[in-house]
Amino acid sequence: MSADAVATAAAPAKRRGWWALLRSTGPAGIASAIVIVVATFMAVFGSALASEDPYVGRLSLSFLGSGGGNLLGFDAQGRDVMSRLLVGARSSMLGPLAVVAICMSVGTVFAVTSAWKRGTYDAVVSSGMDVLFAFPGILLAILAATVFGAGLPAAALALAVAYTPYVARVLRGAALRERSQVYVDALSVQGASSFSICMKHLIPNMAPLIVAQATILFGYAMVDLAAISFLGLGVQPPNPDWGVMVSENQSGVVQGYPMPALAAGLCIVVVVVAFNVLGERLYERSQAERR
Amino acid sequence: MLVATLLISSFIIFSAMYLAPGNPIAVLSGGRSLPPESIRVLEERFHLNEPFFTQYWLWLKAALHGDFGISIAQRQNVSSLITARVWTTAALVLYASIIILVIGIAIGLIAGLKPGLLDTSSLVATSVSAAIPSFVAAIVLILVFSVKLGWFPTIGTGEGFAGTVHHLTLPAFALAISSLAIVARVTRSSVRDELGREHVQTAVSRGIPYPQLVRRHVLRNAAIPITTIAGITIASLIALAAVVERAFSLNGLGAYLVSASNSKDFAVVQGISLVLVTAFVVVNLIVDILYAVLDPRVSLGSRAT
Repeated sequence: MSADAVATAAAPAKRRGWWALLRSTGPAGIASAIVIVVATFMAVFGSALASEDPYVGRLSLSFLGSGGGNLLGFDAQGRDVMSRLLVGARSSMLGPLAVVAICMSVGTVFAVTSAWKRGTYDAVVSSGMDVLFAFPGILLAILAATVFGAGLPAAALALAVAYTPYVARVLRGAALRERSQVYVDALSVQGASSFSICMKHLIPNMAPLIVAQATILFGYAMVDLAAISFLGLGVQPPNPDWGVMVSENQSGVVQGYPMPALAAGLCIVVVVVAFNVLGERLYERSQAERR
Repeated sequence: MLVATLLISSFIIFSAMYLAPGNPIAVLSGGRSLPPESIRVLEERFHLNEPFFTQYWLWLKAALHGDFGISIAQRQNVSSLITARVWTTAALVLYASIIILVIGIAIGLIAGLKPGLLDTSSLVATSVSAAIPSFVAAIVLILVFSVKLGWFPTIGTGEGFAGTVHHLTLPAFALAISSLAIVARVTRSSVRDELGREHVQTAVSRGIPYPQLVRRHVLRNAAIPITTIAGITIASLIALAAVVERAFSLNGLGAYLVSASNSKDFAVVQGISLVLVTAFVVVNLIVDILYAVLDPRVSLGSRAT
């Protein structure tokens, strides 16, 4: 077999489209994808769909149950819970998206470059990542809030830093396996530059694993960011965010009005289950494809 | 490796607080203007005029002797403030770890050894509970077991051993629930993997009794992935405890760290962060030692990857 044939055979063998990939994850995977699409829709159009102002409440309505057009009733400050959930979807979804985008791109760059160069560079990157492992995401976020002030950007950046070692470790193994494939040698014999081999062949071939990792991490990021907002160090009230909503309505649970806090908590759980299930299915698929 | 990690971590923690905006003198004086002599005394006392590395070295040396400086907000020794709270957090994390190990591994074993309805329902239950954030679990537990049933208190740590256990039960379950599900899932899949292995099939054909088969051939091998995941999840509880302490108004290290972060009490943030990172690294070290105990092929010098 000529070097050319090896290269074309190994490279873009799997471009079957997203629909086929999704169908292969089974009914649970498709159901999860639907939940994710609905949550994304809420994040994009939530403010337009909200029937009431999510910021202004009337204290006379505080913890009033559902009725009329207000499906979920009112929160501690007399604001419509449904409207706050809809508007809060944006920060609750954008935060994890930012975390995943940053840690996946930085992690992939570290993984691919250290698998490619190996040697001292690899050793330095790996031990740097080992040190970062000693910082749990929440602790790093608390430190970031202390230094930069509380808010979603600092929290998201801190979590991205904390997740990067996990991404880099998993993808480095995959990149090493990919690098030892014959097509890589074939391409480099043909004079392709390292950069173009990595960008055009190595990373696209790792795409199923990268997508699966990103999906799983999205769920983790959503839980951690909501926890940070619950601690008062993430999204700041009065901005609606699902984590903030649990925290500001916790008093209602003891007073016998658990609905506002439960509704926000349920939104988080449903979306996170969807990301976890879909991520696991995609991961199983990516592992099965390798064999 | 352990020492290097801690050294670099301490450096990161220290320099983060050093870089934080705000003049230490202004924080110390509470914004009032001070006479020059007082400023000089304060600068002397907190080594504010020394170069950065000297300050770091002085802080690290004191920290190694258990002295983390003075809390600006409380005017007290950070070490004594930490010691007053460390047991709440330690008890909470320990209690949650026991729940994770006992219930998580039990669910995983039953699901792994007995395929069928029980297995399927445990899979569904664990994928949902793995996604429950600790603070959401906290409000549901408070709602059901404190407000509706009245079995457990919602706040405080309680007196004596029984009181502590009683007060910490709901917080520990809230902290444990998602990790428990993860440990159960890994236990199930590694038991399932081992059951399908050739050496187990051979043992079956040799007529080894079932309990002995499970104990000696399945569990011993499955113990390694279970230890890995249990170690990772239990170590992560150390930081996560902050969320649960906040939800149940417990006076622990994590909740104190959050309030110190809000009030910019840097000495406290540095001290607690260092304690938490150390605890995190020590738990990971214990897991590494356990590997060597469980698997004679792993020697302690080499890394188990």
